[in-house]
Amino acid sequence: MNTELLGIIASFVITLVIAIPLGKYLAKMYAGEKIWTDFLKPIETGIFKLSGINPKEPMNWKQFLKAMMTINVLWLVYGFFVLIFQDKLPLNPDGNPGQSADLAFNTIISFVVNCNLQHYSGETGATYLTQHFIFMFLHFTSCATGMACAVAVFKAFRDKTTTDLGNFWEFFVKSITRVLLPLSVIIATILAFNGTPSSYAGKDKFISLQGDTVNVSRGPAAAMIAIKHLGTNGGGWFGANSAHPLENPNYLTNMTEIAAQFIIPVAMILAFGYYIRRKKLAWVIFGFMMLGVLMLMLPTISSELGGNPLIAKMGISQTTGAMEGKEVRFGPAATAYWSTLTTVTSTGSVNGMHDSTMALTGMWQLLAMMINGFFGGCGVGILNYFIYLIIAVFISGLMVGRTPEFLGHKVEAREVKIAALITLLSPFLILVGTAISSYVFTNHLGGNWAVKPSSWLNNPGYHGFSEMLYEYTSSNANNGSGFEGLGDGNIFWNFTTGIVLIMGRFLPIIGPVAIAGLLAQKKYIPESAGTLKIDTKTFGLMTFAVILVLNALSYFPALALGPLAEYFSMK
Amino acid sequence: MKTFIIPAIRLTIVLTILLCVIYPLSIMLIGKASKGAGNGETISVNGKVVGYANIGQSFTKPQYFWGRPSAVAYNAAGSAGSNKGPSNPDYLKDVSNRIDTLLKYHPYLKRSDIPADLVTASGSGLDPDISPDAAKIQIKRVAEYRKLDEQKVAALLNNQIEKPLLGMFGPSKVNVLRLNIALDQLK
Repeated sequence: MNTELLGIIASFVITLVIAIPLGKYLAKMYAGEKIWTDFLKPIETGIFKLSGINPKEPMNWKQFLKAMMTINVLWLVYGFFVLIFQDKLPLNPDGNPGQSADLAFNTIISFVVNCNLQHYSGETGATYLTQHFIFMFLHFTSCATGMACAVAVFKAFRDKTTTDLGNFWEFFVKSITRVLLPLSVIIATILAFNGTPSSYAGKDKFISLQGDTVNVSRGPAAAMIAIKHLGTNGGGWFGANSAHPLENPNYLTNMTEIAAQFIIPVAMILAFGYYIRRKKLAWVIFGFMMLGVLMLMLPTISSELGGNPLIAKMGISQTTGAMEGKEVRFGPAATAYWSTLTTVTSTGSVNGMHDSTMALTGMWQLLAMMINGFFGGCGVGILNYFIYLIIAVFISGLMVGRTPEFLGHKVEAREVKIAALITLLSPFLILVGTAISSYVFTNHLGGNWAVKPSSWLNNPGYHGFSEMLYEYTSSNANNGSGFEGLGDGNIFWNFTTGIVLIMGRFLPIIGPVAIAGLLAQKKYIPESAGTLKIDTKTFGLMTFAVILVLNALSYFPALALGPLAEYFSMK
Repeated sequence: MKTFIIPAIRLTIVLTILLCVIYPLSIMLIGKASKGAGNGETISVNGKVVGYANIGQSFTKPQYFWGRPSAVAYNAAGSAGSNKGPSNPDYLKDVSNRIDTLLKYHPYLKRSDIPADLVTASGSGLDPDISPDAAKIQIKRVAEYRKLDEQKVAALLNNQIEKPLLGMFGPSKVNVLRLNIALDQLK
């Protein structure tokens, strides 16, 4: 078998070998059981003391969400001003300018919501201070926010009837001290020893072998790139993200980074099962999620290995596959593998440019972000899947003619309404956004923005439409990858995607936590012969079907106009 | 909200110290032990830095092996791919022109000898590597220009091919800068 395919199989196996024990660890750690990392407890105690927090204070779902929203809004305001004034603050060796108000608006929302859309380029649009104190800080905290909210949902179903969803601060801080920070140190060390810069030195200048003068951007990137992947953030140090040879220097770092971005989303699913003492449920969810991932990944790999048919017509050899926008040290197989995992999770880092991938690959990337529930982002992945579960329970209930139940609690009108609204939110944000931008593009070509609509699209025709569709899909999924040819550095894109980002993040967190809080308050009904069992393969398949039907109905027309039309036009 | 705002501010300050000061400074200290001491690994010839091991540079002169096309002209102050879609007619014309240029400088080649990486731009615009095939087709040109024995150049290239990780994972590749430095040193 060829070494490129062996490479991705190895990456996949390594991920599972780490993620499965990590899942068990997370369940025990969040439950407060005795565990080997308890030696870190004094650090947590110190953090709580200095912050004036009592981590044992119980919170109901409303208090939990208020605490979460308060600290997130605080970061939004504080980060916005730091970005605007970054040129006047220290740690700016390259003399980069402050961000404009609309760019700072987009950037700060994008990082608070774990998306990292990046309408700037790291080398010129940020300083070492903002890269660390805003971006890297939010890499940790946005991920920990998602994990804490997922654990609140876990807690709701661990106890039979309860109003206590746990303490937001406790889950949040422990996510950082017990998971994210220690793993980041390990990953950053691997990166630093393989060539990623870690010092604070600014740009360097040298004369090349051929005699050209060359500048090289550098900076303390290793620390940030570790948590960028681990926290499914994706916002890189350099403009080219993990395709950049300093951000991802070789095949080993590539395997490390791709494993890092997948282990927590996988582990969280298993943690759910262990935490609520229903292992079988977790493994069924895991199985169907993995099936979904493979259904997206295998056609992606095959489409990239096949190469570009229009280049094949020119008579040259594409033995390894399509190479535009890819790096030789990874090759098309590892780039295709990465592109699936980075779009099913909410990472959105890239090791090759998605805009230049084949037409059908673009469709699988889009679909992965539209579904946004096969493992998904840190913590929020399982919350998205939870909404699908509630919808599946409701539909199954209608089919068998019984009041639907979820883990011993009656699912009634209020919960179903919330779930339905959250389900409808994604197509609404994505399709309305794309419709507005298409309208502006076709009717206001000369609009007086930093980038005129007439030069928004780097590619004509169907692919240009895909660029706009991708931007809103990525924003809604809080993914952050892009068809980067899009001229998105202007007020229209900064503002509209900023709105999509914030709605696409917080409503799908608030919804599931509220549903879980409401369900947990209700009387517990013990299982009987008439109970719909949700930990069976049949119900797993039912949920899977619900996911496919919902997404196919919502997005098929848009996908037909973009990637599918492009694919058939290339035949 | 009021009950949460003070703890939120205090927690943000404490975490900033932990995550944005202590953590990256520790990584910086660890990185000091790496090649290049965390500043990026450089390559020197006769005591003069001629480049970064991991950053590709532009080679256009006929006496050198050429790297891949770059959307940023190998200016490492920035980085980017072309972001051209697979069906973009302008892009396909670019590729076609690159093929013609290659054929002009390597009249001995058939079109099917040309590997895709030599006529497509990389993701970062700074790709330091080319595939072994992309290097092999340039041997004859380089040897003729330098008046060297072709087999000698071929042997040199063979030494410069980097095998997959552990011999098993990922593609083989050639670092263009290292190859050209070795070529310059060939007598």
